Amino acid sequence: METINFENVFEGKLAKNEMVEPKDWMPENYRKHLIRQISQHAHSEIVGMLPEGNWITRAPSLRSKIVLLAKVQDEGGHGLYLYTAAETLGISRDELLDNLHTGKAKYSSIFNYPTLTWADIGAVGWLVDGAAIMNQVMLQRASYGPYARAMVRICKEESFHQRQGFEVMTRLAFGTTEQKEMAQDALNRWWYPTMMMFGPPDAESPNSENAMKWRIKRETNDQLRQKFVNQTVPQVEYLGLTVPDAQLKWNEEKKGYDFSEPNWAEFKQIISGNGPCNKERLAARNKAHHDGEWVRAAAMAHAKKKNEVYEAA
Amino acid sequence: MSDNQGPVWEVFVQKKAGQPFVHCGSLHAFDKEMALQNARDLYTRRSEGMSLWVVPSNAITASSPEDQGPFFESANDKVYRHPTFYQIPDAIGHM
Amino acid sequence: MTTQEALFKYTLRLGDTNLILGQRLSEWTGHGPFLEEDLALTNIALDIIGTANSLLEYAASVENKERTADDLAFHRNDRQYYNLQITELPNGDYARTIVRQALIDCFDLYFYQELAKSKDETLSGIANKSIREVTYHLRHTSSWIERFGDGTEDSHNKAQTALNELWQYTGELFEMNEVDEVLIKEGVAVDLNIVKQKWEKHISELFQKSTLVIPENVFMQTGSRKCIHTEHLAFILAEMQALPRMYPDAKW
Repeated sequence: METINFENVFEGKLAKNEMVEPKDWMPENYRKHLIRQISQHAHSEIVGMLPEGNWITRAPSLRSKIVLLAKVQDEGGHGLYLYTAAETLGISRDELLDNLHTGKAKYSSIFNYPTLTWADIGAVGWLVDGAAIMNQVMLQRASYGPYARAMVRICKEESFHQRQGFEVMTRLAFGTTEQKEMAQDALNRWWYPTMMMFGPPDAESPNSENAMKWRIKRETNDQLRQKFVNQTVPQVEYLGLTVPDAQLKWNEEKKGYDFSEPNWAEFKQIISGNGPCNKERLAARNKAHHDGEWVRAAAMAHAKKKNEVYEAA
Repeated sequence: MSDNQGPVWEVFVQKKAGQPFVHCGSLHAFDKEMALQNARDLYTRRSEGMSLWVVPSNAITASSPEDQGPFFESANDKVYRHPTFYQIPDAIGHM
Repeated sequence: MTTQEALFKYTLRLGDTNLILGQRLSEWTGHGPFLEEDLALTNIALDIIGTANSLLEYAASVENKERTADDLAFHRNDRQYYNLQITELPNGDYARTIVRQALIDCFDLYFYQELAKSKDETLSGIANKSIREVTYHLRHTSSWIERFGDGTEDSHNKAQTALNELWQYTGELFEMNEVDEVLIKEGVAVDLNIVKQKWEKHISELFQKSTLVIPENVFMQTGSRKCIHTEHLAFILAEMQALPRMYPDAKW
């Protein structure tokens, strides 16, 4: 029987735009990179429930309460799809959670900023989800099957999230003077953190090269950032708000906006744990996990007892 | 490990009566009833289905990449298993 | 009391109960004992707030004074709220949340089954939709009661403590006053005595199966039919209503 050269098979799949599946041979670096990327993504969804969840009990209308609740729940679902995708690579949910709870794993820096007003709920949905969707649309074509399939599902469900955020912003921007101020204030605070979501500039992005080669990233950080600005500025104008960037200018030559870079020093501080809410977010996740321990223990004990009865019967 | 998130289950959803059950994802649950309920809450939130199967992941046996050749390639030359292999006179029409 | 007044109060009672319970349940979102259960409980919260919305919309239209469902939710104070006291109690640990939910799910199931026969088409419509939802809620909470009851010693004790503490608030579920009298005559409201019999049977079977003991000779708390509440409701409303009260001219 001829022996299969697995590395060639793997490279061949990438070359032919085919999917790599859990049982297929894959280089160890590819597996590790995927685990890191998918789990970071999953953690971001889960931690991301907190800043938005913060406003569920204070949503100013019944409709907005229901919508926000459904949205935060969706984020939880997305975290779950992604955890299960990561699990196909040979890491358990317990290990993944442990990495989050001990601070070993990273999640998107954006969720370490506080949601101070109701307008922040609009800004998060509109800007943060808008930025996330760009990334996710690209990842629907990622080379790892379970990841790409999770993304397809997530993108389908995310489609209402950005609209929800924009609707909140619209109501504020066209509402009373105080509401409009609230909207501008939120835009001022969320603009640069959102720009950071695409990651450091390409020249300084350590993981990008492999990720592009392996098709678990298909556009660079800077390309996505540019795309986001181009798409968002007209929406800001529609709302009658102002992008908090004096350098922002249309560049006819590149058919895109010139804009100021976010403060990358601040970004580094936040991903190293020094953002305004890093400690609170982790503490909240740890508390939920800790408080849930007896619930899981009860479920486990009950299942064991039932199985014994089942076997005996 | 004492504390854990429970075993992994695979979820299959039937969209409409008569259609096949299609794998749609996985989840964790400690018992069968919980797996079924979680599947309902997770994978049919947007009325995606009308019937569900849940199967413990470790009950599934999958073919491996090494099997690929021996398992599936021999079928490739059995063209006589496909209807297009046969010629039917035009006069007969659809068959 | 006119039928219209009675219907307004009756609908508020149901709407407020659902709203405050949904508000409490939604506090768990993002903080559940594990991810799958977090999502499951949020689904229940969503159903319940959805029902609250339908009921308060109907209350607003019955009142016919140009108030909206949001006005009713966000611009009444605690002495104008009719929700059952059990709904406003803090969530406590997960056993307490689940025991409360099971007590209410079971009540809701038999209540909505009766309400579905109401001559008031809006109420019977809401009831019919709710029966489907509540049947599932009860299935979910019942399986947790069983898990807690025979799971570990710790979970058993937590569930038993919750049941002991919550039982005193179950008397309110079945209280009837002039509102009920007026509407029962019209074939609109539910005779809660019928619900009580079915509820007692179902609940005692559920807890017995789960090796939990329903406390006896408990003095029942009362007050919500007269808008008298525990200390907790005013805090819930202060949080829930903050924005609409701070910006009374704003639309959201």
